[in-house]
Amino acid sequence: MSNHANAAVAVIPPVLPESADAQRPRSETGLIMGFFEWFGGLGVFSWRVLRAAMTSPFEWRELIRQLDDVGSQSLPLVALAGAAIGAVLAMEVRSSMSRFGATSLLPSAIVYSVIQEMGPTITGLVVSGRVGAGIGAELASMKVTEQIDAIEASAINPLRLLAVTRILACILMLPLLTVAADASGVVMGWIAQTLVQPISFHQFIDAGFRGATLKDFLPPTFKTAVFGLIIGLIACFQGMRTRGGAEGVGRAATNSVVLASLFVILADVVLVKFILVVFH
Amino acid sequence: MATAFDISMSEQEPEEQSKTSVVAVENLCKSFDGRVVLNGINLRVKRGETLAVLGRSGTGKSVMLRLIIGLETPDSGSISIDGNEIGGLTVDQMGEIRKNMGFLFQHAALYDSLTVRENVAFPLRHNRKDMPQSELTDRVKQLLAEVGLAGDLNKMPSDISGGMQKRVGLARALALEPEILLLDEPTAGLDPISSGEIDDLILKLQRERQMASIVVTHDLHSARTIANRFALLDQGSVAASGTFEDLQKSSIPFVREFLKHS
Repeated sequence: MSNHANAAVAVIPPVLPESADAQRPRSETGLIMGFFEWFGGLGVFSWRVLRAAMTSPFEWRELIRQLDDVGSQSLPLVALAGAAIGAVLAMEVRSSMSRFGATSLLPSAIVYSVIQEMGPTITGLVVSGRVGAGIGAELASMKVTEQIDAIEASAINPLRLLAVTRILACILMLPLLTVAADASGVVMGWIAQTLVQPISFHQFIDAGFRGATLKDFLPPTFKTAVFGLIIGLIACFQGMRTRGGAEGVGRAATNSVVLASLFVILADVVLVKFILVVFH
Repeated sequence: MATAFDISMSEQEPEEQSKTSVVAVENLCKSFDGRVVLNGINLRVKRGETLAVLGRSGTGKSVMLRLIIGLETPDSGSISIDGNEIGGLTVDQMGEIRKNMGFLFQHAALYDSLTVRENVAFPLRHNRKDMPQSELTDRVKQLLAEVGLAGDLNKMPSDISGGMQKRVGLARALALEPEILLLDEPTAGLDPISSGEIDDLILKLQRERQMASIVVTHDLHSARTIANRFALLDQGSVAASGTFEDLQKSSIPFVREFLKHS
């Protein structure tokens, strides 16, 4: 066998890592191996996406399409979820605070709760559901029908076209969607509050933001960029490693939502601690 | 490892053949989950030649095409495209090689969210970013006219027949004006008339463009129409190769059996 032949053992690494057969029943050892295999695959995938993002040409047209899909298409859902959380918080907090005669702190409690935690978390979870499932199913469907192979065969890097643009759109849009969720949560919190104890919106905002600084609100808002990275990365990874026809597509969509939601919540624990240590 | 049959009609020395061949494959091996699919394949295709790769289902014909265009990684062996060894190339380097290759997938693999026009424009839009829009539009119309679909520009892939999808896939494969064309079962699942139309189309394109083509097919009638050389795969190796007359003269039982049932 020639030297060329030996060299060809490493011929073109596959662009997309392939999963182990998820259908196969696994022993405990197999499950543990599968766990590490998944993380290993995600690491390799992340590295390839990063490399693809660093090289030209950048797919601006696709990025704009994805910004619209992730951003404006998610806006009504995120705003509605934020509003619901604002209303629930107002009712719950009023009930707790009235026991201690601290109802004057209600605006602050609502504003801080919504902007520092509830808004970002709800936005992360809603986008995990809507966008995570969408990306996972779309890319999985393209994978099983060889459309991703067709992109690659057309001399286009599918990671640059499909993954980089979707992940970047998630990173850029999550903070903006969080602002929308926060705003609707605060407004709905005020409405719920004023229905029980009338207060002007100006007074509510004034009381809510009293003594607040930007570092109280900016880090929690921008931490959702990390949520966006998690959602985009996991959904693209799950979609592009799919096997097994329609069943595989369904599995990819489900796994994208479940894993993205789980990792958003886990990342939130780390990010909250990080923000408390660095900014307070 | 050398196989008994080297798919080349030329009398040149192997090294010289490799230099003149547009596609050169040496000792190609590939396994999936321990199952050997290809076991030491050698082939060379020159400009203007059409090689038909025949064989039973599951003998690795499509895998071989996917290896040649870099969609799969070989276990061992080497593949040269236009004299460039593709082993160890980065994704972007391989992309540059692929700009000179067209691939027709077995099920066409059209982008289902794009119209026929957008499918054909896709490789141009992403690889010829400096091409003016008017020129791109004209080029797409010309490609679709060549495959007889000038009137179906705005249809979705789901709204056209399997034969039409294959034609769109062919137009897309030709968009970058490749010198190498890889066709995976171009007539599979089509009625005899549609198959004949696809064959005529491939022949016409080959005459006009002088491409090097590799056609994977079960359809011996189609293969005889469009190919000037043949390779018959059996159990991951080349069982026989040459012109169709060479295959007919073969005394290998598998070759005789295959031709008898085709």
